[in-house]
Amino acid sequence: MVNRIVVGAHYGTRDWLAQRITAVVMAVYTLILLYVFVRNTPLSFGVWHELFTQGWMRVSTLLFAICLVWHAWVGVRDILMDYIKHDGLRLALQVCTLLLLAAYLSWSVQVLWG
Amino acid sequence: MSSAAARKPRPKYLSLRALLLEIRLPLPGWVSILHRVSGALLVFPFAAWLLFMLDASLKSEDGFAHVQHYLRLPLVKLGVLVFVWAYCHHFCAGIRFLLLDLNKGITLVQARRSSLIVLIVSIALTAWFGAKLW
Repeated sequence: MVNRIVVGAHYGTRDWLAQRITAVVMAVYTLILLYVFVRNTPLSFGVWHELFTQGWMRVSTLLFAICLVWHAWVGVRDILMDYIKHDGLRLALQVCTLLLLAAYLSWSVQVLWG
Repeated sequence: MSSAAARKPRPKYLSLRALLLEIRLPLPGWVSILHRVSGALLVFPFAAWLLFMLDASLKSEDGFAHVQHYLRLPLVKLGVLVFVWAYCHHFCAGIRFLLLDLNKGITLVQARRSSLIVLIVSIALTAWFGAKLW
């Protein structure tokens, strides 16, 4: 037996919380990247390339990418749920979104470690 | 049913005309809908575009020079400017929403003022960046 009440509150709490935590992580990364940019203008290939060979930069950029994908999924799903009334079309668009976001994530891994 | 509200034709269906001309959003409403619009734009196309440029710029010195040259094209600069606005607006409006979640600035007067601040700051940041870009 599935022990689950199908009506009631709190089903969106995890997404709600995830949306906020990922937002804070991305905001912090943005400020760090901005600081790096301001310190290194005009940017040369050497500095840019060297920056992205460092472990902390790769890891924090991947962390940013994971947060972005998660955040974008919650956001885009909300938008689709609000505006697309046709079930089949909504499902199709949600699948497209997931595939796009998965592609972004794998592309980021390839860019960072490729 | 004698109140003025009861005599209005109901239900009222939303037409394009109503959406564009008749419905007036309060400032917090503008911040909210622009948060959505900017968020959607950041997911697509801007995330893909930035990844593409990051990819090219890290691959080789040639690729880096290519991206630098690409970013000097007027149309590309315009695209960058739209991206900067979307990012700044999403960032500022997001901070406002986080503060609202913490019950900061939830009175009507404060909420209107903070939404005006969000709109002005994000446009000002975009203008500042645009000035640096050209």
